[in-house]
Amino acid sequence: MSNTTTVGALDTLPRLLARNAKDYAEKTAYREKEYGIWQSWTWAETAEEINSLAMGLMALGVKPGDHIAIVGRNRPYFYWAMVAAQSASAVPVPLYKDAVAEEMAYVLDHCSARYVIAEDQEQVDKIIDVMDDLETLDGIIFLDPSGMRKYDKSKLFGYRELQRKGLDQKAALQIELDKRLSEQGPETTCVMLYTSGTTGRPKGVVLSNRNIIETAKGTCEFDNLAADDSVLAYLPMAWVGDFIFSIGQAYWSGFCVGCPESQETMQTDLNEIGPTYFFAPPRYFEGLLTSVQIRMEDASRFKQWMFKIFMDNAKDVGPKLLDGKPVGLVARLKYQLGKILITGPLKNTLGLSRVRVGYTAGEAIGPELFDFYRSLGINLKQLYGQTEASVFITQQRDGEVRADTVGTPSPGVELRIDDSGEVFYRSAGSFERYYKNPESTKDTKDPEGWVATGDAGFIEKDSGHLRIIDRAKDVGKLKDGSMFAPKFVENKLKFYANVLESVVFGNDRDMCVAFINIDLTAVGNWAERNNIAYSSYQELAAHPKVYEMIQANVEEVNTSVAQDEMLSGCQIHRFLILHKELDADDGELTRTQKVRRNIIADKYDDLLNALYDGSNTVFTETEVTYEDGRKGSISATLEIRDVATFERKKVAA
Amino acid sequence: MNAIDSYVTADGRTIGAAVMEMKNITLRFGGVTAIKDISFDIREGEVRAIIGPNGAGKSSMLNVINGFYHPQEGEVWFHGKKRLAMKPHQIAKQGIARTFQNIALFKGMSTLDNIMTGRLTHMKTGLMSQMMWWGGAQAEEVANREVVEKVIDFLEIQAIRKTPVGRLPYGFQKRVELGRALAAEPKLLLLDEPMAGMNVEEKEDMSRFILDVNDEFGTTIALIEHDMGVVMDIADRVVVMDYGKKIGDGTPDEVRNNQDVVDAYLGVAHD
Repeated sequence: MSNTTTVGALDTLPRLLARNAKDYAEKTAYREKEYGIWQSWTWAETAEEINSLAMGLMALGVKPGDHIAIVGRNRPYFYWAMVAAQSASAVPVPLYKDAVAEEMAYVLDHCSARYVIAEDQEQVDKIIDVMDDLETLDGIIFLDPSGMRKYDKSKLFGYRELQRKGLDQKAALQIELDKRLSEQGPETTCVMLYTSGTTGRPKGVVLSNRNIIETAKGTCEFDNLAADDSVLAYLPMAWVGDFIFSIGQAYWSGFCVGCPESQETMQTDLNEIGPTYFFAPPRYFEGLLTSVQIRMEDASRFKQWMFKIFMDNAKDVGPKLLDGKPVGLVARLKYQLGKILITGPLKNTLGLSRVRVGYTAGEAIGPELFDFYRSLGINLKQLYGQTEASVFITQQRDGEVRADTVGTPSPGVELRIDDSGEVFYRSAGSFERYYKNPESTKDTKDPEGWVATGDAGFIEKDSGHLRIIDRAKDVGKLKDGSMFAPKFVENKLKFYANVLESVVFGNDRDMCVAFINIDLTAVGNWAERNNIAYSSYQELAAHPKVYEMIQANVEEVNTSVAQDEMLSGCQIHRFLILHKELDADDGELTRTQKVRRNIIADKYDDLLNALYDGSNTVFTETEVTYEDGRKGSISATLEIRDVATFERKKVAA
Repeated sequence: MNAIDSYVTADGRTIGAAVMEMKNITLRFGGVTAIKDISFDIREGEVRAIIGPNGAGKSSMLNVINGFYHPQEGEVWFHGKKRLAMKPHQIAKQGIARTFQNIALFKGMSTLDNIMTGRLTHMKTGLMSQMMWWGGAQAEEVANREVVEKVIDFLEIQAIRKTPVGRLPYGFQKRVELGRALAAEPKLLLLDEPMAGMNVEEKEDMSRFILDVNDEFGTTIALIEHDMGVVMDIADRVVVMDYGKKIGDGTPDEVRNNQDVVDAYLGVAHD
């Protein structure tokens, strides 16, 4: 293995901190809104805070290699705690602050944490509950003492008192701190992050200094992130993305990290800070767009008219301008006027007016949603990543942004697709190992360093962009051997406002069929405007006009699926609209609203058979669970529709 | 219990001497006797609850404590001195603040401005200097705003700082009202049914805030409450009233086992 000579001496986070404290001494490193005012700390002050805390931890007896858990919302103090732990050669382990006590106990026990740095009484209480079972845990360091006046303080330490204690013993501890700092290198563990673990227990992903710093270096260069940029840190600290954005990249480029006043004030704080670099999951952008639409519906006629005129133009022109494509003079002037009257103020209201680089990831984003933000002139891009990769696997380059891909490999990442379609990568950012779990490490990362993502995808021939189609375990084959990826089609269906949920079947069958759930709000609204009377979800779902509308949506999806060279076999041949909404109470969805495909297939096997045996209607009776736990049943005769399918058109490149 | 100077609560706090003593209070409205010959005290640093069925005279009692009603008979002693009839603002200046059963906020004003009004008794600059925003007034407003911001932080209502109070849900309005009372930095805080109309979660939040106020600022708290469960959880001592009379006084456990109290709450079979 070659060492990272390219980075020179800047190969650990504490060394980056020392550089920033020197080069950017007077530049703001952290901001936090407290008591209604933005408080700020320069890099020089940040370094002092971190060093005193590191010495405080050493005064408590923290030894190299100890694990220190950190739990709280995004506050500068906890970002400092991470680097303070690293400075003392310990390993920081951020936890999800809304985790229940048992979940925390599992992680604290698994990593044999010596200390927990916790935000307030709420977190301290959870840890005290499980403390008796944790032999290695020697104490809790708390930031906010409210409500804990009467607590037994033998194992509780105040954050600021600890810093003071560190400073008091500086004469003795500084030498030891310097020694520890000098012994660290690129191989030293930088952070350990627990993956949420959709199956089984969470796994501790060990990331080294090299993982984090090489990733930060490459991606900062990719997007030209520099000391003048700023971010708002509002996503969970235990999530790898926050660690990369708010620590890795921030330390590498020296940019400023802003922390909101509380979780609820995030939107106001975003507006006040106006970050230049911003990340949010698709559902955040979706919620924001909905709130804009609702407010526009309440606006005056004149404003609505203006909004329509300029947004229509912006939708056409905005993305082209972002991609540097030619735009006519008239359209360009209209866009500029719209910028003054509509899009500029709107961007400002959303807190996105200064965003230079914006990313979204995590799930598929609807093209209309994506285009809305691009048309405002916000450079929103997609990336694909996971904890094991220190986030970045692929990302979209400026000027090559599309709604349906996740971009080209990030700097220093190699990609490979295996025969079954699963995506593998190898990069400087790929994790060292799963903590105390050699089997899982072996299953995920092979000796040559290739890491399995568990996602199926392919690389587009022309553009080289990666497209993720589904979880690898959900991908199958139709009887004729063509690839079957249900989520790919389901996502396309769900982008229509009328469709709330869809479940596509076809593995080992000769064609694809679908169950559809209509969105009661959207379709109900449409029914009201078109004078269609209905008394229940079931009645609306069975209405012939609703069927017609959904059929049109499905056919549009088929046209689009038909254009896909690999997945054109996934066109939907027949569909029905379910007589009830899929519900987590009935076990049809997970608590996070994800479709449980196999359970639905078992439960509605009569419907599934009818879809495949060619009948036009089917009678069914379904057991439902009401919210108070009572059970009942509903019966219905459902119509089944055949849908037109299409041949792949040859499109000239 | 009234005879001793101090006592130690179940959770280990030492409660000091009496801040306020009610001595043989009788209050009449025309021919109606709302309070009949009631005596009790409120001690420094304790959470004192007054409970009783509807119409027992609890709110009248609270109004006597904060000087809004003047009893026909009996005496109110505050900090060892007999209190004479006073205007409400004079009471406020003595360090007594209260909240109301039916929220009494300025609906059109923001949360921040509402809580700011709680600082009124701490403002010394005159009208002219406030209007002209002169040095003194400016410094004073900054200092007051700081206190208000600490209250906002304490009650975790940063997100509604600029929201007009009329647009807030009920639970939040109650919290803002508590905030306004806290902004006055009272020695004695009177709460009139702080949990009325709240759901379980809101009640839990409010209980926590009341205990934290008591714990953190050492504020003495007297509260009226309907919800027996809440009272028994947070109060150090409880006075029970029924038909204007005191029928019980003591720790939650003592009161819970008092036969008169059980009868008043659950009813009693007539022979």
